[in-house]
Amino acid sequence: MIHALTLILLCQLAGETMTRLFGWPVPGPVLGMAMLFVLMLARPRLAGQVVPAGEGILRHLSLLFVPAGVGIVGHLGALGTYGAGLAVALVLSTVLGLAVGALAFVAVARLVEGGKPDA
Amino acid sequence: MRDFADIWSYLAQTPLIWLTATLVAYLIGDYLAQRAGRAPLANPVLIAVVLLALVLWASDTSYAQYFEGAQFVHFLLGPATVALAIPLWHQRAALRRALLPVLAGLVAGSVTAVLVALALGHWLGLGPALLATLAPKGTTAPVALGISESLGGSPTLTAVLVILTGIIGAVVVTPLMNALRIRDWRARGLAAGVAAHGLGTARAFQVNPQAGAFAGIGMALNAMLTAFVAPWALRLFL
Repeated sequence: MIHALTLILLCQLAGETMTRLFGWPVPGPVLGMAMLFVLMLARPRLAGQVVPAGEGILRHLSLLFVPAGVGIVGHLGALGTYGAGLAVALVLSTVLGLAVGALAFVAVARLVEGGKPDA
Repeated sequence: MRDFADIWSYLAQTPLIWLTATLVAYLIGDYLAQRAGRAPLANPVLIAVVLLALVLWASDTSYAQYFEGAQFVHFLLGPATVALAIPLWHQRAALRRALLPVLAGLVAGSVTAVLVALALGHWLGLGPALLATLAPKGTTAPVALGISESLGGSPTLTAVLVILTGIIGAVVVTPLMNALRIRDWRARGLAAGVAAHGLGTARAFQVNPQAGAFAGIGMALNAMLTAFVAPWALRLFL
């Protein structure tokens, strides 16, 4: 448990250090995620150790957005002024993103799999 | 016996009370969501945020004061982002088999969602800070907050937009895919994970296990892709 947490924090720390060092636009934890993925592929034994602790954090992922979400109390003014515009942008972008993403997947799957998806 | 006001003024200065309140509000939200049969609109985060906002307002507590306690939960967003490597690792075999369709669906879905959101926001008169806040809303919360902050947006407002996007995606994905006659569960799931992150993924798992697995892939990969797409797309509209 402590080993897994330490590894996760080390990946995050390495990610934060590298993005700042090189001025990359990626958030440090995202780079940390990529590093952990590569480490897990390279060392399956390590993966077995990380999974329980990592899944413990992910099981309650939605709890982690609550403190940031409560910050909405400071933005009620902005929401009142731009609420309608934001709502339109959210709904249309989500619907179009879903449709285009799924259609692109199906089109390329048909090309590379010859029209018969496996399983 | 001491006056309640004295005890309150002591407790209000420690992180304990708002840390506890955050967990209690989330448990209440989770309980109510469960009672509502996990309907997408009964989102535990949304319920917890409303409850806490009401308590802060009623007790005349500032957000900064609340955050003193809540920051311990907030901190875990970073490690949670790193841990998203785990669902990706579980799906590595499925990912390798369908790599090209996955990449096509990921890039097309992610770029479309960001560009449409920014174009509409720009057209409806949102300023640069609000566009920066809006740009990363399709990706999972911990990543979206980081991107929003680095682009000069408002992470707290982004958190709310991320949750709303997830709810919209979870509500519309099934009827939309049926209307488009898309029957490939992998395509339906991947699109849900890309456009509606964790809430879309949770919805996909309810509908079909293969859709859920591909939604997990879409969510994790889009967390990385959005870090590149959002700053690039934002520059087009500034």
